[in-house]
Amino acid sequence: MCLGIPGQITKIWTDAASDLPMARVDFGGVGKEVCLSLEPDAQVGDYVLVHVGFAISRIDEEEAQQTLALLAQMGELAEELGETT
Amino acid sequence: MKYLDEYRDAPVVRNVLAEIKRTVTRPWTLMEVCGGQTHSIIRHGLDQLLPEQIELVHGPGCPVCVTPLELIDKALVLAARPDVIFTSYGDMLRVPGTFVYAKTGTQANDLFSVKSQGGDVRIVYSPLDALKIARENPYKTVVFFAVGFETTAPANGMAVQQAAREGLDNFCVLVSHVTVPPAITAIMEAPETRVNGFLAAGHVCTIMGVGEYRPLAEKYRIPIVVTGFEPLDLAYGILNVVKQLEAGAYEVENAYARTAPNQGNLAAQKVINEVFEACDRAWRGIGVIPQSGYRLREKYVKFDAERRFPDVGAMQSIESDICRSGEVLQGLLKPDQCPAFGKQCTPLTPLGATMVSSEGACAAYYKYGRIQD
Repeated sequence: MCLGIPGQITKIWTDAASDLPMARVDFGGVGKEVCLSLEPDAQVGDYVLVHVGFAISRIDEEEAQQTLALLAQMGELAEELGETT
Repeated sequence: MKYLDEYRDAPVVRNVLAEIKRTVTRPWTLMEVCGGQTHSIIRHGLDQLLPEQIELVHGPGCPVCVTPLELIDKALVLAARPDVIFTSYGDMLRVPGTFVYAKTGTQANDLFSVKSQGGDVRIVYSPLDALKIARENPYKTVVFFAVGFETTAPANGMAVQQAAREGLDNFCVLVSHVTVPPAITAIMEAPETRVNGFLAAGHVCTIMGVGEYRPLAEKYRIPIVVTGFEPLDLAYGILNVVKQLEAGAYEVENAYARTAPNQGNLAAQKVINEVFEACDRAWRGIGVIPQSGYRLREKYVKFDAERRFPDVGAMQSIESDICRSGEVLQGLLKPDQCPAFGKQCTPLTPLGATMVSSEGACAAYYKYGRIQD
C-alpha cells in the first residue's frame, strides 16, 4: 500500500479539467502521468518518488551517493582487515 | 532502474550483512513495521541471511490487513447498491468480509464477488481516477475507499479537496486511515512485547518526517531507524538498529534520507491537517487503538460516505475466531505458526486479510514457500 517507485520527470503541464500541476514520469522506459501538487517545485530531469499517482518526494542525489559510498566502503574496510564476506 | 538497481547489489548487501555479524553479540528482536518491508525481507531471504541472534518480527503496517471487518462490510454494501460506482485500490478487492449479497442470496464476501454479481466496482490507481469517474458519471454516486497509512492520506485528502473545489457532490469517501506512531505505542505497551528496536516505515516518514518518533524512542528506550525497501536499505537499517542496541543507545536515525527528509513533506502534511483529524480506530485483529486513525474534518463531512449513507454508517460485524492474524500483526505469532496457515487458510480461501494483501505477512510466507511440513 505504501509502495513508492522512483522515476524521472520528462515533462510538466497543468491539467485542463482539474487545474492541477501534472508531470510525465519515466520509470525505466514506462511513462505515467503523475500529479505534482505535493511536490510543486519539482523540475524536468528530477527524480521523484511516486505513490498512487502523486509525486511525494524529490530524491536527494547527494544523500543517495553518500549512503552508497559509505556502504561500499564498509566492504573495502573488511577486506583491509583480511576478512572474507 | 536508477535508485533501485544499486540498492539490490548483492556484494554490497553481503558487506553490510558481514558488518551486522561483526557487530552483534547478543540476541535482539527487531520489528519492521511496514508490510512492504516484510515482503522484501521474505522475498530476498534477508531474515535467513542474518546472524541467528537477530530475529525479525513483522508489524501491523499493512493498511489492507488492519482495515476493520466492519469497514470491509460497509464497502461491500455500498458496492452492491445500483446507484453507486465503488472505486478502490486493487489490493482491497479480495479482502474477506461477511456480507451476503441480497440480490441473489449467494455469498459475496469480497469486492470481487460483488463485482462479479453486477456491482459496479472499479479498480483505480490513483484517487484522481475516482474523481474523473465522478465527473463522467454525474447521475451516480462515486464512493472511493480511502484506505492507507500517512503515505496515502495526502493523495486521498487531495482528492477530497479537489472534489470540494470542483463542486463534485456525487463524490464521497469511505475513510479507513490509520497512523503508525500509535501502533508502535500499542505494541510497546503490550505486556508480552519482545521488540527491542524498530525499522520505521520509509514512505510514511517521507510524508511525516521523523519528529513524532523521538518521544517514542525516548519513552520506551528503543532505537527507531527510518528504513527503505530494497535489500541494501533493509540491511543498512538493521545494522543501524543493532549498532544502537549493542551500544545501549535509543535514538531516531534516518537510513533512508535520500527519499525521506527529516522534516517530511510539508505540503503533504498541510493537506492531511486540513482534511483529516485524529480519531480512535479499530485495527482488524488487534482492536481499538486510541487516536490511531484519521477521519474527515467537519468542513469536509459532506464527502463522508458513512454520513451520506446512514444505514451503512450504523453497521457492525463479528470477526471469525479461527483467524489469528491479530497476533501475526502484533509480531506475537509468525504466519507459519498459525494452525490454519496453508490448510484452511490459503490465498484462494483466505480467512483473514493478511493472507490476501500484497503486503500481508501470511501472504508473503505462503508466496515464498515458508510452509512448515
